[in-house]
Amino acid sequence: MTNTVQKQSTSPLPPEPAVTAELGAEFGLNAEEYQLVLDILGRTPTFTEIGIFSVMWSEHCSYKSSRLHLKKLPTSAPWVIQGPGENAGVIDIEDGQAAVFKMESHNHPSYIEPYQGAATGVGGIMRDVFTMGARPVANMNALRFGDPSHPKTRHLVDGVVAGISGYGNCMGVPTVGGETNFHKSYNGNILVNAMCVGLAEQDKIYYATGAKPDMPIVYVGAKTGRDGIHGATMASAEFEDGVEGNRPTVQVGDPFTEKLLLEACLELMQEDDIVSIQDMGAAGLTSSSVEIADKGGIGVVLELDNVPQRETLMSPYELMLSESQERMLMILKPGSEDKAKAIFDKWDLDFAVIGRTTDDKHLKLNMYGQSWCDIPVPPLVDESPIYDRPQGDAPKPATLDAAGYALPNGSVTQALKTIMTAPDMASKRWIWEQYDSLVMGETTASAGISDTQSGNAADAALVRIPSQNKTTKALAISTDCTPRYCFANPFEGGKQAVAETYRNISATGATPLAITNNLNFGNPERPDIMAQFVGGIEGIGAAASALDYPVVSGNVSLYNETSGEAIFPTPVIGGVGLIRDADKAMGLAFKEMDETIIMIGDKGTDLGQSLYLRHVHGVEAGEAPVVDLTKEKQNGSFIRKIISDQLISSCHDVSDGGLLCAIAEMAMASKSEAGYVGASLDLDINEENLFAEDQARYVVTTSDSMSLAALCEKENIPYTIVGTTKPSTISIGDEAITVADLHEANEAWLPNYMKGV
Amino acid sequence: MKTAIIVFPGTNREKDMADALEHISGHRPKLIWHKETTLDNYDLIVLPGGFSYGDYLRCGAMAAHSPIMKEVIRQAERGTRIFGVCNGFQMLVETQILPGALLRNNSLKFICKHVHLKAENLNDTMTKQLASSPIIHVPVAHGDGNYFANDNILNALKEHNQIAFRYCDKTGDITKGNFNGSTDNIAGVYNKRKTVLGMMPHPENAILDHHKNTSGTGLFKGILDQLS
Repeated sequence: MTNTVQKQSTSPLPPEPAVTAELGAEFGLNAEEYQLVLDILGRTPTFTEIGIFSVMWSEHCSYKSSRLHLKKLPTSAPWVIQGPGENAGVIDIEDGQAAVFKMESHNHPSYIEPYQGAATGVGGIMRDVFTMGARPVANMNALRFGDPSHPKTRHLVDGVVAGISGYGNCMGVPTVGGETNFHKSYNGNILVNAMCVGLAEQDKIYYATGAKPDMPIVYVGAKTGRDGIHGATMASAEFEDGVEGNRPTVQVGDPFTEKLLLEACLELMQEDDIVSIQDMGAAGLTSSSVEIADKGGIGVVLELDNVPQRETLMSPYELMLSESQERMLMILKPGSEDKAKAIFDKWDLDFAVIGRTTDDKHLKLNMYGQSWCDIPVPPLVDESPIYDRPQGDAPKPATLDAAGYALPNGSVTQALKTIMTAPDMASKRWIWEQYDSLVMGETTASAGISDTQSGNAADAALVRIPSQNKTTKALAISTDCTPRYCFANPFEGGKQAVAETYRNISATGATPLAITNNLNFGNPERPDIMAQFVGGIEGIGAAASALDYPVVSGNVSLYNETSGEAIFPTPVIGGVGLIRDADKAMGLAFKEMDETIIMIGDKGTDLGQSLYLRHVHGVEAGEAPVVDLTKEKQNGSFIRKIISDQLISSCHDVSDGGLLCAIAEMAMASKSEAGYVGASLDLDINEENLFAEDQARYVVTTSDSMSLAALCEKENIPYTIVGTTKPSTISIGDEAITVADLHEANEAWLPNYMKGV
Repeated sequence: MKTAIIVFPGTNREKDMADALEHISGHRPKLIWHKETTLDNYDLIVLPGGFSYGDYLRCGAMAAHSPIMKEVIRQAERGTRIFGVCNGFQMLVETQILPGALLRNNSLKFICKHVHLKAENLNDTMTKQLASSPIIHVPVAHGDGNYFANDNILNALKEHNQIAFRYCDKTGDITKGNFNGSTDNIAGVYNKRKTVLGMMPHPENAILDHHKNTSGTGLFKGILDQLS
């Protein structure tokens, strides 16, 4: 047995702390987990080894509270090439091409150091995508901040947006959309979820799996420093006051190096030299080497002296746990080293052979002439704890007051304006103008863009895929979650997040294909939080199954709570769809005067959890809207058909704020040099609830209402003729509001807030 | 006609530029790595947008000392047509092929949006195709596009008719539309001989049908006209 680690006195380092159960606890291992380490090794671990066990078994790396439940998600379909388990999911988008995508959180670091936290989140997710051989073509994000009145919120918004902008813009990957919410439940834990979509040739996809013994292990990219040590452990614990002291655990990003790494990797990937590749993200060299060893069924011996180092006298512990950014580990075919090195030299990047694969399934580390670690890989991975944490009851929402919630002063336009200027509904121009949404020249619609930025606003971002074919296809991408629904009813909220991406993609005419998820919750050791988590996953699973819309990648972020206060459950979904003929893609802006405005779907019924209640009456209460998945599928297919048949001129889904807010958004987006297209609405404010957020609904405009109505009748699709497009004003009953007035107020909130007005 | 687009470490709008030039000219430009040292066979040299060397030190400052830049300076002296956009404009200023400097936007933020520009020199130059409609609407995407010229430089620019573009509003009012703090609303300048043009905005992102805005077409046609 070589399962002992010899320590001699050749090391220039000071002696390491003694390893005890107490040290294990400091590193986040509980007493049972520490005992398991002793059992696996049959001896006391070294300081390096206990560090490796603790990060590999952290919630962030091991998914120990979530794995059991994640298995419930549907992950396959004929078009899925790679489901969860690799760096990113991969789907077939025809013509031999693949879309590669994933979403990941960088919540904890972004709260502590917003610029670097957000920047390295964006860097990390792009690395996941190009590790697989895909060129990133679109970035998205989903951001949640605390209440605008909280003293830290403004600073966090400023830093996070600057960080995303600084990293993504420098990489030359367009940031094409996303969503931003504000709520007091995020006061102590903001959420920064970044998604990246890449494009690859199906025969040039690279995996972590596949390494064989006796092959060179190569380190490329930036040098390793002492930054981000134990970042994964930090991300696996609750915050307490004074958390800013954790700043040294936040990594520092260098997008320039990552841009070089991207180009160098893609250049090498054109050849046939890489056997297996893994980026160094959370838990850096530890998780990447363990991952490659585990997936290949092999062992790894690393000569850590050869790791390019930014600082002197680094210890094996520091090298293995550092989360320095912009690094990759790859296994090359023996003999390919020189060819690969020439490419990395061209791009001025470090390239070092730091070890070899072996057949003994052990992770061994040598440095300063001695051995520091010898861990059998299979138990490190397979015997990592899995917890079936107890589930209680999720918190219940407050009930609605039976007395009803009448329009204040009886004015519907006043209520509309109040909602359209609320933080969640106000224009996020201040944010997205800081993102380069146009680089690469293929963006044709950016979600949330309400005028000329890229010529067209749509429910989902649209990025064309260059091709030799006559018709050019495009990817449609949307990120969504409505946390207040998830709080009121985790199961329905999980369904709704999936359904909303499905609607947003359908509203552009694209076919929704697959999703990635980013599950942000509080402390899973609390039964009420665990109930939210399981409910959310089951909701996502139900919707993904019903809509043929599988989960191909994802990320879990737990312990988003501070001093016992958890965030709203926030399972963010990133959906990807494909439209074959990009020229037929549909926007949300009203186009022409005197077209008929039609709502597809059922009339609004219930105000539960609506923005109307929250902003007009100051009440957060009621049941979440119920998502009828059969209707979602039926209405979504119908929408795609009428777009493909060119029966409509605009389409927008009904979500936050209900029908009237959807119409207002279509009117505001119509801004051109000729002014706005408004609407004359034939809606009885007493007959239908215009602010209800019932699901499975869309608003469309058409110049041929007879044909569209006939088609609805024929296909048994519920519809309502809502009104007619008219110049510059939205009129309803005996009230009217100019679109310019509404738009100005909608645009004003965020810049004024950021200025402190 | 042969065009070279120079690629530096960190360049990222070379594809956009190549697509635009190919669309207008029918010829695919050649991408030239910055470690090359000769550009004798090209009619047009383009310095594209991006973040060469990560914008470290100052935007364009490190690229200005790249091996290829000695050759770009030599070609500028020979009168070869040179077009620099965004980071390329910053490099032309850093090498002093063009006068002035580019500072941080006065908002201190990166800004990506469509803006109006007014072509100010419609004589026998790369911008003369814009004579019939000198106001164009193209995107900007930069953090350091605040053009600075002191009084001496500004007077010289005016005297030699070197101001190529100014920011303006949709009616062409050049007292408006200055979103980044540029001196005298300047968005792009020529060298004295009008053989080198540098500008912050991205006309290459307003060329193709799917850009839904082809406002950059006249400028590219004008540049190609100068080559024949």
